Amino acid sequence: MNIVYVPRDSSARSVGADEVAAAIEQLAASRGDALEVVRNGSRGLMWLEPLVEVMTEQGRVAYGPVTPDDVAGLFEAGFLEGATHELGHGLTEVIPWLAEQDRLTFSRVGVVDPMSLEDYKIHGGLVALQRALTMTPLQICDEVTESGLRGRGGAGFPTGVKWRTVLDAPGTEKFVVCNADEGDSGTFADRMLMEGDPFMLIEAMIIAGIAVGAHEGFVYIRSEYPDAVDAMRAATASAYQAGWLGPRVLGSDVTFDLEIRVGAGAYICGEETAMLESLEGKRGVVRAKPPLPAIEGLFARPTAINNVLSLASVLVVLARGAEFYRDFGVGRSRGTQAFQLAGNVSRGGIVETAFGITLAEMLEKFAGGSASGRPIRAVQVGGPLGAYLAPSQFGLPLDYEAFAQAGAMLGHGGIVVFDDTVDMAAQARFAMEFCAVESCGKCTPCRVGAVRGVEVIDRIIAGEDTAANIALLEDLCELMTDGSLCAMGGLTPQPVRSVLQYFSEDLDRSKGAQL
Amino acid sequence: MTVELPAERDVSANYVTWSEEAAREVIRALPAQRGPLLPMLQALQETFGYVHPSAVALVANELNLSRADVHGVLTFYADLRSSPPGEMRVQVCRGEACQSVGGHTLAEHAVSSLGVGFAETAGDGSVTLDEVFCLGNCALGPTVRVNGRLHGRVHAAKFDQLLRDGARRERAT
Repeated sequence: MNIVYVPRDSSARSVGADEVAAAIEQLAASRGDALEVVRNGSRGLMWLEPLVEVMTEQGRVAYGPVTPDDVAGLFEAGFLEGATHELGHGLTEVIPWLAEQDRLTFSRVGVVDPMSLEDYKIHGGLVALQRALTMTPLQICDEVTESGLRGRGGAGFPTGVKWRTVLDAPGTEKFVVCNADEGDSGTFADRMLMEGDPFMLIEAMIIAGIAVGAHEGFVYIRSEYPDAVDAMRAATASAYQAGWLGPRVLGSDVTFDLEIRVGAGAYICGEETAMLESLEGKRGVVRAKPPLPAIEGLFARPTAINNVLSLASVLVVLARGAEFYRDFGVGRSRGTQAFQLAGNVSRGGIVETAFGITLAEMLEKFAGGSASGRPIRAVQVGGPLGAYLAPSQFGLPLDYEAFAQAGAMLGHGGIVVFDDTVDMAAQARFAMEFCAVESCGKCTPCRVGAVRGVEVIDRIIAGEDTAANIALLEDLCELMTDGSLCAMGGLTPQPVRSVLQYFSEDLDRSKGAQL
Repeated sequence: MTVELPAERDVSANYVTWSEEAAREVIRALPAQRGPLLPMLQALQETFGYVHPSAVALVANELNLSRADVHGVLTFYADLRSSPPGEMRVQVCRGEACQSVGGHTLAEHAVSSLGVGFAETAGDGSVTLDEVFCLGNCALGPTVRVNGRLHGRVHAAKFDQLLRDGARRERAT
C-alpha cells in the first residue's frame, strides 16, 4: 500500500491542500492504485505548500507546491515510486532548508499523523512523561531550571523557576494553564504544533501538572485558530480514552484533567493575567502584579502559565536531559527557538534553530530574500510590540540579551520582513492604532496614550510642526513605557521608537517622503 | 487508534432563529464548568449567529450575575456580536505580515468591492466584513477567511473569485 502525505495544517489548506488530497484519492481510485492519504502536519516549508510526500523505500520524497491540476502529471511521472518531476524536491529529510535546522520541538510536526496515538509513541512520544513519573516534582523543576529554558511566549522568564514558585506556594488546589493565545502577527508556531502534534502539548501539560502539584489544566486557544481547537479537542478526547488523562495517568497514581478553552478575539488575552480573567469567563482586563499568577492566579489559586513552545521544549529537556538541551544556544539563551519567517520572504515558514544565528543569516540562508525581489528595508521581530530593525542591525545574533541591548526583542520568535516599498511612518502609526484597538482600557497610558499617539503621528505625517510633534511623540513613548500596567502599553512604543531612530526620514515629510 | 476530526466547517450554515426557548435549551445543554459566562455566550452565538439582546437578562439570571456583568463581557470581545451576521462572512487580516505583501491594497479592495466598511453588514444582509489581526497564516499572506474557511495568497482577483464561490455556495444551501 502506497502512503501519500498531504498536510492538514491550516496554512497548507489555505492554499488548496484539501483539494489536492481529494484529487489524489479520486485519481488513485480511478486508476486502481492502492494508496492511503495521511493528513499530516506541515513540515513548515510554507512556500512549497501544499507539499505532498510519498513514502518510498529510500524515505519520504517531496513534491510541491502541488495544485489539483498537477496531480494527473504526478501519477503519470510515477510519483508513487518517488520518480523525478518538475515539482520534485527529492528526499524531504535532506532538503537543505530543513536539514540545516535543529528540529527539537518540531521533530514530529509534518512527520506523524497528528491524530494517531500509535504514531506519537513510535516517534518518541511519552518518553518524557514516563521519566517524569519516576521523578519528584522538585527534581522535575530542577531539571527544567538546569536546562536554561526561558519562557517562549515573549517575556523569557526561566520556566523551572516559575514552576518551583508554584510548587512552593501554599494551597492544595493549583492549576496549569497553557497560553495558546498566539496573537502576534508573524507568528504561527503554536498553531502548527497544536495542529501537527497535539499529543505533545497534552503530555507536556501533564508533566507541568506533576511538577507544580496541579491536577487540572487548561489550554486557552485563540478563536482565530479553529483547526487547532479541533485538533486539541479530538486529541484530548482520545488521550482520555487511552488513559493518558484522568484519574490514573498511564496507570500511575497521578490525576490530571485537561480542558480546552477558546478565546473570543482579544489580543490582550495573550497577556497572562488578562487570559486568566478570560478563563474565568470575564472581560479580558489585565490584573496588577503582584500578586504573581504563580502565587494567586486562576480562581485565585497558584497557577503555572506557559506558552506552547515552552511546554514543547520541556518535553525535549525531560526526554533527552537538561544537558542535551543546554548545549544548544548562546549566553543566557539556551536551547532552540522555532523562529517563524513571515511577510515578504521567498521562503517563509518554521526555522527551528539554536539561539545565536544572526538575523542576516536567517534572511539570506533561510528566507532567501524578499518575495518581491526588492531589497529588504525593515524587519519586525517579536510581533506588533517588537522593534523594526534596519539593515545596519541585521548582524545582530538572535538571542534575548543582544536584542534587548539593541532596544528590540525576540518575543515569540516572529520575523516579519518588509521590502523597500514600506512606509515606516505608516508602520509607526499602525503600532499605536493597534494598541488603541486592542487595549483592555484598564490603565490610562495605554488606553489614552495610544489614541494620542495616532493623532500625533498623523500630524507628523501631515507635516505640521514636525520637530515639536516628534518631541511630543518621544515624550509620549516614554510615558507609555514607564506608566503602563502591562506589556501592551509598555511595549507599543518599541516599534514606534525604532522608526524614530532608524527610519526618521519617513517621518520628516518636508524632505519629500511620500506616503 | 486514530480519531476523526469534524468535517469541513462552514460557520454560516444553519443558524437557528433566535427564541428564548431555544436559548434556554442551549444553556441547559452546556456542561457545568467554572468561569461559565464566556463559554455560554460563545455557545449562544454558535447557535444563533449572534447574541440577541434579550439573552443578556437570560444569562444574567441563569448565572446569578448582574446584566452589567454580562453586557460587559458581550461588548469586550471582538468575536461576540449583538446583531445577526450577513449570509457571507468575510474577514480580512490586517496584521503586519499581511501588510508587508499587499494587505492594505486588499483591504481597500474588499471595502470598495463589497460596498461595506469593516465591522459592517450590508443593508440586504448579504455580507458582513470584518478586520482581524492575524489568522496565523503569516508566510502565505495576504490572508482572508470566507465563511470560516482560510485562504492564503489572496490578491484582488482571487478575492473576487472567492466571493463569487461563496455567494454561489450560499445560494446552493
